[in-house]
Amino acid sequence: MLDGILTGLGTAVMPMNLLMVFVGCFVGTFIGMLPGLGPISAIALMIPITYGLEPSSGIILMAGVYYGAIFGGSTSSILINAPGCSSTVVTAFDGYPMAQKGQAGKALALAAYASFTGGTISAIFLLVAAPALASVSLSFQSADYFALMVLGLTAVAAFSGKGQVLKALLMTVLGLMISTVGTDRSTGVERFTFGYIDLMDGISFLLLAMATFALAEVVMAVLKRDHLKEEENQTDSSQIGSMAVTKEEVKEVAPTALRSSVLGFIVGVLPGAGATIAAFLAYGMERNLAKAKEKLKFGSGSLRGLVAPEAANNASSSGSFVPLLTLGIPGSGTTAIMLGALIAYGIQPGPRMMIDNPDVFWSVIVSMYIGNIVLLILNLPLIPYISKLLMIPRTVLVPMILFFAITGVYLVSFNTFDIYMMVVFCAAAIGLRMLNFPMAPLLLGFVLGGLMENNLRRALMISDGSLSFLWERPITLVIVCITVLVLAAPVIQRLLQKKRNQSAPDTEFSAVNNEKKA
Amino acid sequence: MKTPSTFARRTLLKMAAAIAFTGALSVPLSANAAQAQVDSIHFLVPGGAGGGWDGTARGTGEALKKSGLVKKVSFQNLSGGGGGKAIAYLIETAEQQKNTLMVNSTPIVIRSLTGVFPQSFRDLTPVAGTIADYGALVVRNNSPYKHWNDVVADFRESPRNVKFAGGSTRGSMDHLVPAAAIKEEGFDPRSLRYIAYDAGGKAMAGLLSGEADLLSTGLGEALEMAKAGQVRILATTAPKRTPDAPNVPTLKEMGNNTVFANWRGFFGAPGMSDSKRDELAKVLGDMYDTEAWETVRSRNGWVNDYKPASEFVSFLESQEEQVGSLMRELGFLK
Repeated sequence: MLDGILTGLGTAVMPMNLLMVFVGCFVGTFIGMLPGLGPISAIALMIPITYGLEPSSGIILMAGVYYGAIFGGSTSSILINAPGCSSTVVTAFDGYPMAQKGQAGKALALAAYASFTGGTISAIFLLVAAPALASVSLSFQSADYFALMVLGLTAVAAFSGKGQVLKALLMTVLGLMISTVGTDRSTGVERFTFGYIDLMDGISFLLLAMATFALAEVVMAVLKRDHLKEEENQTDSSQIGSMAVTKEEVKEVAPTALRSSVLGFIVGVLPGAGATIAAFLAYGMERNLAKAKEKLKFGSGSLRGLVAPEAANNASSSGSFVPLLTLGIPGSGTTAIMLGALIAYGIQPGPRMMIDNPDVFWSVIVSMYIGNIVLLILNLPLIPYISKLLMIPRTVLVPMILFFAITGVYLVSFNTFDIYMMVVFCAAAIGLRMLNFPMAPLLLGFVLGGLMENNLRRALMISDGSLSFLWERPITLVIVCITVLVLAAPVIQRLLQKKRNQSAPDTEFSAVNNEKKA
Repeated sequence: MKTPSTFARRTLLKMAAAIAFTGALSVPLSANAAQAQVDSIHFLVPGGAGGGWDGTARGTGEALKKSGLVKKVSFQNLSGGGGGKAIAYLIETAEQQKNTLMVNSTPIVIRSLTGVFPQSFRDLTPVAGTIADYGALVVRNNSPYKHWNDVVADFRESPRNVKFAGGSTRGSMDHLVPAAAIKEEGFDPRSLRYIAYDAGGKAMAGLLSGEADLLSTGLGEALEMAKAGQVRILATTAPKRTPDAPNVPTLKEMGNNTVFANWRGFFGAPGMSDSKRDELAKVLGDMYDTEAWETVRSRNGWVNDYKPASEFVSFLESQEEQVGSLMRELGFLK
């Protein structure tokens, strides 16, 4: 294996390949920043160019574009609340409030550091354990995916502030409902399409996210134009703020970045999940781990809430190379395109790839490590310039966001119906936002809903309709238990607190009492 | 104040990127043809960028252009409704679509039968079928199934024993292939357990994770998977063994008469003149001997299967009948 790594290093540092890493990262970051244009569009754009390159260079270029786009996607999420791609939707939840508070510079810098951590940690994992991890990708069955999605749903707690629990739950249910639109895979029956053929393929996550975040955000900005308070905010948010991150802040977010990177990588390795799910799960996990006081900060500019999804989505995009390279299984649309490109080169990803094309296999992995450094060097100095975006007068910025958000969604499907649909969702989102309904749980319900349903249906079909699949396999059982724990934790906490409060005057008695209970 | 200049530069950059991006999707390659048979062809792709239809149209266009058979090619993506959107568009704007070829494949037959869209291939002008892929049934390397008959024996014991995975919904091609094979063995195709996944890759992961026993997919994809060394191809639905897979038995030689081809081909707008249709079919036919096509074909692992105009129509009719009767039996059609 050391031989392989050295071969890879040798190939990866060839001037041509270094250039490809650089070009890939640059193009990826740039396209990723444009709202709505994500890694798929970026890679599709690169394909004709890669035909003329050596296999290693071509794949290195595409990989660079891929993680570059996810890296860059966070910028527009943070600055204008318009997610650059679906996996950076979660970044907007806390990143945008930070920018509004005049901490755009810090938010962008933290996002860059977090992405770097996620990317680097998973590149190291890939380097030392890619072949071994192949078995992890295959150990997950539909039942486990279902349990994982249910666990993910508990993240809804992260989005429900004080007095918002019911509203957050309602929005989650609405998200779950929207995810059922389209052809049902298990029966082939159309659901809630109202006879429109355009609804047959369901509603895309990106469309929903762009409509409820980017579009709704700019329209709200226009609607609130006259409010004096808003004017103050406007001047406030055009302050970029310092990029410097204090020691205490580093201390606060470092464990978050590490945890989220590991979680993101593992989710990325699973072919049935992906970077968006990873970001949601990491966000939910951080919220559940946070102390009561910090919990309140989530959604209004928590540093941990920003770092967690950023580290996770980058780690996950690198993680998805495990099933792609070692098994030949693409876990997402983006990796499916890359699989096609590899096959076009005459390279068959799979267990034999390490033996047949060690130079390609290892150089791609080594290049990811280099790529993450390039991204950091490329992005940090640019932050002061990029965040000037906020200084653009609103009269110019609003139409620009509208233009890019709509074009971005249109360029994925080339279907004008999608634009009408965006308008409808945007109008609904504005109404709901005015009534103080949070939008994030809607997206959470939507993104998990489809996967949850399909996996549940498969698991039920495989177990002949019996619910025994929930405890028959150790992986499923563990995930189910964690879910129960997460749900029960607040209740137990409250009970304990109550007891403590009751028996506060007489501590001795309470100790005895507790012992008796035990 | 340097805001305006920064802004202007950024806007320009963004515009340039947007233009470059859309440009790459629709602008024709530069002209270098000497004696072109056809001046221009506009390819209409009923799906988004990067899919199977997109690859077929762009690959064909690239070969036609590079070989100089066609002077100018352009592409347009229009997804929605499983291809129905593009069909409706082609019919509505038929007047302006004299040089348009829409790419499609077996699903146009299946989806018009199930009523996904109201039109069928009869509402268009079938020009030519160009490439084909056959169905394949795949098992894990360590699967106890060594022969198709092992599957049949297990199925006879109880249909619940055998779980088929596929990368598309119930009633799709991946479902119809094993259903047809089971029906040929004299069983009720409705007793087949078909587990639908979101995509071929995820179905493959399902097979390898052990939750499904067989995977139904295309032969091209199956060969790539087999090359990776984790799966075996148990049988194909080809009429006879293909040159790319001389060691893979066909269902037919194992006594099961299921033959099923997933074609890809091109359609013109309704009312296209016979001479125009034949001209386009001929240029597609002449493409096979060019080096440019061979490059594209081998890059994608496609199998040549040329069926011009009338031959194409009669093939479509027979496929419609085959699929229709099977779907009736499966309860998808009344």
